[in-house]
Amino acid sequence: MADIVRIIDLVKIYYLESVEVQALRGVSLSVEEGDFVALMGPSGSGKSTLLNQLGCLDRPTSGQYFLGDEDVSEMDDDQLSEIRSKYLGFIFQSYNLLPQYTVVENIEVPLLYQGIKLNAQTREWCIHLATMVGLGDRLDHRPMQLSGGQQQRVAIARALVNDPHVILADEPTGNLDSRTSDEIMERLQQLNDMGKTIIMVTHENDIAAWAKRVIRMRDGHIESDERNHHRTIGTKLAKIDGTAGNGFALRPAGL
Amino acid sequence: MYLLYILVGILLLGAAVGPVLYWDKGRRSLVLAIRSLWLHKMRAFLSVLGIIIGTGAVITLMAFGEGSMQEALDAIRKLGATNIIVRSVKPPENSATAGRSRVAIYGLTQDDYDHFAVLQQGGTITRMVPMRIFPQEMRRLHLMFTGRAVGTTAAYAEINDIPLALGRFLRPEDEENHENVAVLGSRVAQGLFPFEDPLGKTLKLGQSEWVVIGVLKSRTPVGDTGGSMAEDYNNDVYIPLTTCNEHFGSVITYRQAGSFQREQVQLSQVTLTVSDIDKVRTTGELIKSILSRHYRDDTAVSVPLDKLEHAEAEKRRFLGLLAMIAGISLVVGGIGIMNIMLATVTERTREIGIRRALGAKRRDITMQFLIEAVVQTSLGGLLGTLFGLFFAFVVPPAAEWLWGWHLPAQVTALPIFLALIVAVVVGVGFGLYPAYRAAMLDPIEALRHE
Repeated sequence: MADIVRIIDLVKIYYLESVEVQALRGVSLSVEEGDFVALMGPSGSGKSTLLNQLGCLDRPTSGQYFLGDEDVSEMDDDQLSEIRSKYLGFIFQSYNLLPQYTVVENIEVPLLYQGIKLNAQTREWCIHLATMVGLGDRLDHRPMQLSGGQQQRVAIARALVNDPHVILADEPTGNLDSRTSDEIMERLQQLNDMGKTIIMVTHENDIAAWAKRVIRMRDGHIESDERNHHRTIGTKLAKIDGTAGNGFALRPAGL
Repeated sequence: MYLLYILVGILLLGAAVGPVLYWDKGRRSLVLAIRSLWLHKMRAFLSVLGIIIGTGAVITLMAFGEGSMQEALDAIRKLGATNIIVRSVKPPENSATAGRSRVAIYGLTQDDYDHFAVLQQGGTITRMVPMRIFPQEMRRLHLMFTGRAVGTTAAYAEINDIPLALGRFLRPEDEENHENVAVLGSRVAQGLFPFEDPLGKTLKLGQSEWVVIGVLKSRTPVGDTGGSMAEDYNNDVYIPLTTCNEHFGSVITYRQAGSFQREQVQLSQVTLTVSDIDKVRTTGELIKSILSRHYRDDTAVSVPLDKLEHAEAEKRRFLGLLAMIAGISLVVGGIGIMNIMLATVTERTREIGIRRALGAKRRDITMQFLIEAVVQTSLGGLLGTLFGLFFAFVVPPAAEWLWGWHLPAQVTALPIFLALIVAVVVGVGFGLYPAYRAAMLDPIEALRHE
């Protein structure tokens, strides 16, 4: 399969009060389309920095980053914003929904910044996604009225709305209890089974166990890069035809 | 004038709101702005309180100012600020003409009057009141009274305060029909009709009989706007100018200090009313140039310049004061807005981070906060305008009723227009910096913000 993410010798240096911090010291990595990667490592190992780089939230000090066919390491702020709105989906530890917006409106936000004219069709698509994550009966609720797990499900739907190349998840279960965590991970796995590429930062081994590939980092380097064989085999058996078993599509019709 | 303001206002509002509404993101931002403000109603209200009070104060004070200004101007107008008074003045006795001729011929002529009438056709002059005034003995039975005969037209009543005690004043028909009718000043009526109702009775002026059609109440002698000596109007008898000329001819003979004097004066005075207070001075100059063809100083043109200049100075001072109030309210209100907007940006740092992560460009964030600031100040301006109007309409009657103060208020379009423009400008001006700060936040830092 084609590499959807390819980084070459990525270096990131911060200056914290004139003290040089080398967060990434030349990381190279390729991720295939349809892969499910867990980034692990102790704090300060550079895993969050790497995720920010992958999420085009920051520019590297040196090195190259190809997302699909595009070299994004040389892009300016506006172009990066456009890449984020079109090709990336984000899931955060603290859900990060907008409190003023309803469930559907929260899901719509990435489309808004893509410059797509919001109409009945886009709304239908957002409702479809909300229904897919099991919130079809709470379309007009506000985040404050939802539980943590429900909020994270809204976040998942939001991450899917632009049919992204890659979903980036930053400790998606960090604020959830273990039962809800499993529920969220099941959903992520389901997405992955439908062909979505997921890169997830976590420090819990049992969460990382859901991934097909586990990358451990230390001091700005990749320490190890292993395949979770039971998961890989599982995927091969799953039928990848773009729809989940329950009939939900992952691509917006006509968008 | 009003229409122009309203038109320009609508155009500006359209220019500001139109693109925002047309642009999908703009419309969303507008809705979002209103919703975020609604989320913190109290704070939003407090932050625009400065704007509300500012615009409200400008409108109310302007209304009071305009009201008293208007009242003062009306008072001046009543005195004749828009009037130009042209008088016949007897040239000095030793002048060559007076020495040669037995009859002193001078002053305004019918010809001059016709020249003025051209100006009236042009619209600059709205009214002309000719007057022929001369001393005259009045008789009835055995009674005699020496007063002044005033040959004039019905329009005389429009430029002078004529308090009627009985009957009516002269009417245009009296002139057209050359009626022998007279309106008596209060003392004339007392002198000639001490015990009876003078209406319908006749009196004798010169050789002819005149029917009394009206009697005036006593008028206090006033200094005329020309600055001449106070005239006592109570000895006057008003008669139609046309009839007057027919009966008395052009030469008036009267005794003065034991000798007869004969004068030929066609019109003693013409009072011209100018359509617009701004045109008074130029018209005055024009009148002077028309009269300059007499080649001698037998007329005097008096324009109530002093009072006009006073009124203008007052108006300028007032406009300056308004600008100061507007300026202060602008700065105070703007600082309030900026303060709250900066706090809002800090508070919503995380929201900014989320939006940036989801693909918002810097200018999207700038727009969002700017629109929020402008919505806030515009609503504040609107609310302030309503308050201002409310006070302008409610305070004067209340003050009159409670304390007996006379507080005239007149609402005009200009201050409302000005206040709203200022409110929007303040929103953009003081919202720009917080919006810029919000846009320049690092998305990663913003996302990490608690």
